[in-house]
Amino acid sequence: MSSIYRTLSGGTLRDIALACLAVWFIGLSYGAIAVASGFPLWVPAAQSVLVLAGASEFLFIGIVAAGGNPLAAAAAGLLVNARHLPYGLALPENLTGPGWRRRLLGSHVMNDESVVFALAQEDLPRKRAAYWTCGLGVLLCWPAGAVLGALIGSVIGNTSAFGLDAMFPAVILALIVPALRDRRLRRAAAIGAAIALAATPFLPAGLPELLALIALLTTIKNRKTT
Amino acid sequence: MIAAGLITLSAGTFAFRFAGPVLRQRITFPPWAERLLEAAAVVLLAALVATTGLTKGHGFAGFARPAGVLAGGVLAWRKAPFLVVVLAAAATTAVLRLLGVP
Repeated sequence: MSSIYRTLSGGTLRDIALACLAVWFIGLSYGAIAVASGFPLWVPAAQSVLVLAGASEFLFIGIVAAGGNPLAAAAAGLLVNARHLPYGLALPENLTGPGWRRRLLGSHVMNDESVVFALAQEDLPRKRAAYWTCGLGVLLCWPAGAVLGALIGSVIGNTSAFGLDAMFPAVILALIVPALRDRRLRRAAAIGAAIALAATPFLPAGLPELLALIALLTTIKNRKTT
Repeated sequence: MIAAGLITLSAGTFAFRFAGPVLRQRITFPPWAERLLEAAAVVLLAALVATTGLTKGHGFAGFARPAGVLAGGVLAWRKAPFLVVVLAAAATTAVLRLLGVP
């Protein structure tokens, strides 16, 4: 682990810490909302460790609180989390390092933040260091936030007043901006975003993002002509 | 029943996470396919920014949040530090809400 901190620049470490802090804040509101919706503490606590994917957990809580079947809520959450499959394909081979233990834990800490930090690094050692640091940071901060939020629930009140809901999209956007300087990728990303937005009113959560992958067709066509 | 849902969601999510790297190791992709897979991650993340930045449930999230994300995006494009980008996004949204913007 000590080599991780030598591999990453201080700036990157600070950025990862900030992203984890943002995750912690969102975890606070998640725990608070779960308890306010009538769930016992163990539900957000167990979900935050075992599922470790914020959007799907919010959705699960929301559907069950509205009287939905928990298995149906799980199916909806799985649809939201299906994007982790293409994430795993996009990450470089052997990113987590050798050994089964690393591969198991390394898979579990795959999330939007750890993936985007890994993609933003230049070489494999740095990608690996950023992925593990951010992944483990989220594994600590998300449950810590959720449990604290569940415990102090009513004290937090309205978190949207602090603009915390703008933090997650801003974190991801800031980290894909370097990739978006490539004109071809920028066009594909813009078309994908438009597809996802157009589909959101009609499709269940998670599906619009997967549908956005149709935009990749523009990159293939373009490559043949150049 | 809640526990059954929770276990299903946990196990299924882990399966998605585990399957990608396993497939990645079994299959040798040509360079163009590797570029395509990396582009796929960027497109997915961009779509996620759009949906989490602009929508809430199946509808529009209101103006305050997209404005904050946009402010962050402009700053990121101008190579502002990450900390500035993220805090500016939250602050813009918070100030707009304080002013009564939905």
